[in-house]
Amino acid sequence: MPNEAMQVKAISAHPGPVPGGNVSRDYDVCKLIDTTTCIGCKACEVACLEWNGYEFRETTFDNTYQTMPDTAWNYWNLIRFNEVESEEHGLQWLMRKDQCMHCAEPGCLEACPADGAIVQYKNGIVDFNQENCIGCQYCVTGCPFNIPKFNPETKKVFKCTLCSDRVGAGLEPACIKACPTGCLHFGSKEDMKDLAERRVAQLHKETSYNKAGVYDPEGVGGTHVIYVLHDAENPEKYGGLPKNPRIPLMVSFWKHPLKWLGNVGLVFGIAGVLLHYVRFGPKVIDKKEEKKP
Amino acid sequence: MSTPTILREGTILPEGQVVRYTFEERACHWVNGVTYLFCMLTGLAFYSPYLYWMSYVGGSPATARTLHPWVGVFFFVAMLWMHTLWKVQMASIPEDQQWKDNMKYYIENRDELLPPAGRFNAGQKLFYWVMYYAAIILLLTGVVMWFPELMPRNLHWLLTIIIPIHAAAALVTIGAFIIHIYMGILMVPGGLKGIAYGRVSEEWAAHHHRLWYEKIKKDSR
Repeated sequence: MPNEAMQVKAISAHPGPVPGGNVSRDYDVCKLIDTTTCIGCKACEVACLEWNGYEFRETTFDNTYQTMPDTAWNYWNLIRFNEVESEEHGLQWLMRKDQCMHCAEPGCLEACPADGAIVQYKNGIVDFNQENCIGCQYCVTGCPFNIPKFNPETKKVFKCTLCSDRVGAGLEPACIKACPTGCLHFGSKEDMKDLAERRVAQLHKETSYNKAGVYDPEGVGGTHVIYVLHDAENPEKYGGLPKNPRIPLMVSFWKHPLKWLGNVGLVFGIAGVLLHYVRFGPKVIDKKEEKKP
Repeated sequence: MSTPTILREGTILPEGQVVRYTFEERACHWVNGVTYLFCMLTGLAFYSPYLYWMSYVGGSPATARTLHPWVGVFFFVAMLWMHTLWKVQMASIPEDQQWKDNMKYYIENRDELLPPAGRFNAGQKLFYWVMYYAAIILLLTGVVMWFPELMPRNLHWLLTIIIPIHAAAALVTIGAFIIHIYMGILMVPGGLKGIAYGRVSEEWAAHHHRLWYEKIKKDSR
């Protein structure tokens, strides 16, 4: 991604101010998944395993083309396969690439109690730092997309990194690289939103998918993985994509009001007993008065 | 004269001292105290980022996470042990209500205006029952938080409720614990010695637990 190092400083033989001087493109990155052109080939699943160094695992057959029921700590990218019938479109095979959505307001990060275990980069990538992870799995509770997965052996939680290692080196994520139909795109959030909107306009104009739309949920501040869906009004049919994902209310309640109430209580408790000591002091026993009942 | 190694509660010793707690009671109290303290420190570490350094009492934050539930189970077992020792004596007696009504005199150190207390005063009993019921809540919620990976996916939302309940119950015990520590160390001189090696002076017993003192005095005759 372009960064400040690649801002234009000077250009040769140009009269007047430098065009584009001190201008850089947005830092934030975005993955666009166009479910209308996904063929469910699972090249992205394989590329993800290859790049991140995990063994391919045995698939489970459940009468669909889905590799396994759910993502796993060592399987971060799963094509969810759903057969849907409707009067309008007849029988449809809906395929959705499921992985971390890289929320702008990540519930995992909000819920995590471990210093430095979850990092959100300026470019929008939300990354887990396993060396600081304590394995409490509060992140699982905070995530509205059911993404973080626990490895019971190492007691650490893992998920898609949006290939932060590749993106940091100026490359696109492995899944993008492997996609043969061009249903996966990668770029700045602005560009991807623009591309998605144009695809949606095309679907409205040239196909019968008049409910097509972009999935970029506001409840989590928008995401750095966005979808083009044939039916944006019913994202649930794409393997349980939540319609209005939010950080669970109780997580926010526990992390803010309850926490502050507790902190104030602790401070007042300690201050209270100290104040009592200063005001009333210890209980002194008059030796002569007591003794005989 | 040689003293027996294990003394019964209420024994009046020749030096003007009274046995307030037996060896078993003291041992039980300190097992409770140490296990509680460990859980409190590691728990506070997971509660607030500013207290995260406390997790190093467990070696590292990750080992603190591993040990916290185990030590918590020990604390609960110690609590049950304490319950077998004290549940009868911690039950409310009619005199407790009068004591509670006049508690402000206790707080203001005007003990002469306070109705006499038994072996445990109403405040001690309140502390005991707070810790006892909180321990039950902490165990029940804590076991679920110990193995969230075993929780069925569609029940996972329960954790968002269980975790704050665990935290709230722990905070209540910490509030009680602050008062307990303050009273044991600073506010009531002689109390710490009593729970450390079991003995208090006769004056102390008469002043703080007159009903108890009168009873053991009568029994010793």
